[in-house]
Amino acid sequence: MLLEVCDLDAGYGQTQILHGVSIRVDEREIVTIIGPNGSGKSTLLKAITGVVRPTAGRVVFGSDSIAGLSPDRIVRKGISYVPQTENVFPSLTIQENLEMGAFLRRDLGRERLPRIYEMFPDLVSKRGDRASRLSGGQRQMLALARALMLDPTLLLLDEPSAGLAPMMVDGVFDKIAEINQTGVAILIVEQKARRSLQQSHRGYVLATGQTRLEDTGERLLANPEVRRLYLGG
Amino acid sequence: MATLKQVARWVPSHWGAGHLVLAGFLALLVLAVSPVIKLDLVVNGLFLGAIIGLGAIGLSLVYGILKFAHIGHGDFMTLGAYFALFLLSDLFPRIGLTGAGLGPFTFGYPLLLALPLAMLAMAVVAIALDLGIYRRLRRRGVNPVVLAMASLGVAIALRGVVQIFWGGGTEQYPRVSKLFYRLPMDVRIPPDNLFVGGLTVVLVVALYLFLTRSKMGKAMRATSDNPDLARVSGINTEHILWWTWAIGGALAATAGVLLAVSQAQLVPIMGWRLLIPLFAAVILGGIGNPFGALVGGLIIGVTSEISTQWLNPSYKPAMAFLVMIIMLLFRPRGLFGAKD
Ligand SMILES: Nc1ncnc2c1ncn2[C@@H]1O[C@H](COP(=O)(O)OP(=O)(O)O)[C@@H](O)[C@H]1O
Ligand SMILES: [Mg+2]
Repeated sequence: MLLEVCDLDAGYGQTQILHGVSIRVDEREIVTIIGPNGSGKSTLLKAITGVVRPTAGRVVFGSDSIAGLSPDRIVRKGISYVPQTENVFPSLTIQENLEMGAFLRRDLGRERLPRIYEMFPDLVSKRGDRASRLSGGQRQMLALARALMLDPTLLLLDEPSAGLAPMMVDGVFDKIAEINQTGVAILIVEQKARRSLQQSHRGYVLATGQTRLEDTGERLLANPEVRRLYLGG
Repeated sequence: MATLKQVARWVPSHWGAGHLVLAGFLALLVLAVSPVIKLDLVVNGLFLGAIIGLGAIGLSLVYGILKFAHIGHGDFMTLGAYFALFLLSDLFPRIGLTGAGLGPFTFGYPLLLALPLAMLAMAVVAIALDLGIYRRLRRRGVNPVVLAMASLGVAIALRGVVQIFWGGGTEQYPRVSKLFYRLPMDVRIPPDNLFVGGLTVVLVVALYLFLTRSKMGKAMRATSDNPDLARVSGINTEHILWWTWAIGGALAATAGVLLAVSQAQLVPIMGWRLLIPLFAAVILGGIGNPFGALVGGLIIGVTSEISTQWLNPSYKPAMAFLVMIIMLLFRPRGLFGAKD
């Protein structure tokens, strides 16, 4: 097991959003969490990465307990996170965005940079441009590339296809599959989750801050209730 | 106001900051070579603007990273200037370091030593104030207005400290008077202003290199862009805050010392009086854009200096205020602010 989240509580100030969420991600797996808007999917990812401090429960990564650590310590252990929105540094160049991705390990960053440009060839010609000038799809690619700079073992993606044109969505999911094939485990949260579940090993349904269902991606896609409630029929 | 808005409509909306600054500069040049505006005021306004700019750069950096208006910044300048005064008039003479009238300047070489020490001292003071006051408030999750009000308290307290040690009167660095340089077209430049200009250029270039070339500088810009993403990229944003305060404090100290040199006097209210010009420069340049703040400072310096051709010099801060209001009306994001 790579990541285990057990009975996790988290929220903002006095408002508790997550009520005893439990999930796990195995090595090299793609796991998708689906759930309606406002069910706490983003909050769960923020609690795993330390952006939001969990109030109860356990988060174990590899053999380390990471609940309550600061984000920089958690990144150091090999978890990278791509937030749903505002996931690049707009006034920094593409190259600088990637350098920031490897802030903790400049040596590793220098080594990784050619590899990352190889994986994201569209970024090469734009390396000196500000990230704010990228289109939506390119920006999402840059966000993925930045998150991969530290060579993580687990990648957390918050609605990677939100707001993208259908053509771009395919590109992003193809890239996700490609990243997974290099041995990176991936945890995706999605609202419109058909495409994501299709290429996931397993999935969870999260509603009102609680895990409701767990199954393989295929079986969740086939489940009539899931289809009716979360996949639009 | 209606007519002002009509005038604004003449400005092509696609004009970028470069166009605006260039157009303004050309207009000024034309006016300055005609007898309407004295070129002398324009030139010396640039030096005053450089001092305002140095203060405003720090203020803008602090705003960009900490997201609150640091009202204590003017008094950082004051304290920095007085710390240098302490070195120049008390400490240095005791160890035999005295002198004035170095080369063409009014001050002596001890100032070249006192300045970096004052920068260092204000960097430390700024970080200490963050640890002691601002960080505590941040951890309680207070909103930016509360932080700004706390910094108003800091401003008053710092001025109080200056008044406790030096009283309320005027002071001077050790100096000898020097003749002004006389240039064509009645332009007269106090030699000290060359020092002001030269040092400003050096510091701005150094800051530019720091922000664009060094790892920490890039991380500062990243944190200013998006603090949460910076943290999940592994950037320790607390360290970034310390760097920000250190740079802001050091630049404020420099501005304070240069102000004391170029005005040939120190008064406890000297920094506080510059607060409106500082904020005007920050807003003009686009909040959170340090180099915009420098350009803003230059514009404010020149405008308020030119205004003395027709108005009493005590209206200078009012001119800064006017420029700020006009900017907020027509281009709230500032000259160089990002489009939302
Ligand atoms: N920064 C925040 N402060 C307070 N409440 C928040 C914040 N972010 C999200 N919430 C609330 O937390 C709940 C879950 O939000 P979120 O985790 O973003 O859901 P999802 O990603 O599943 O749409 C929502 O009710 C939302 O209003
Ligand atoms: Mg969300």
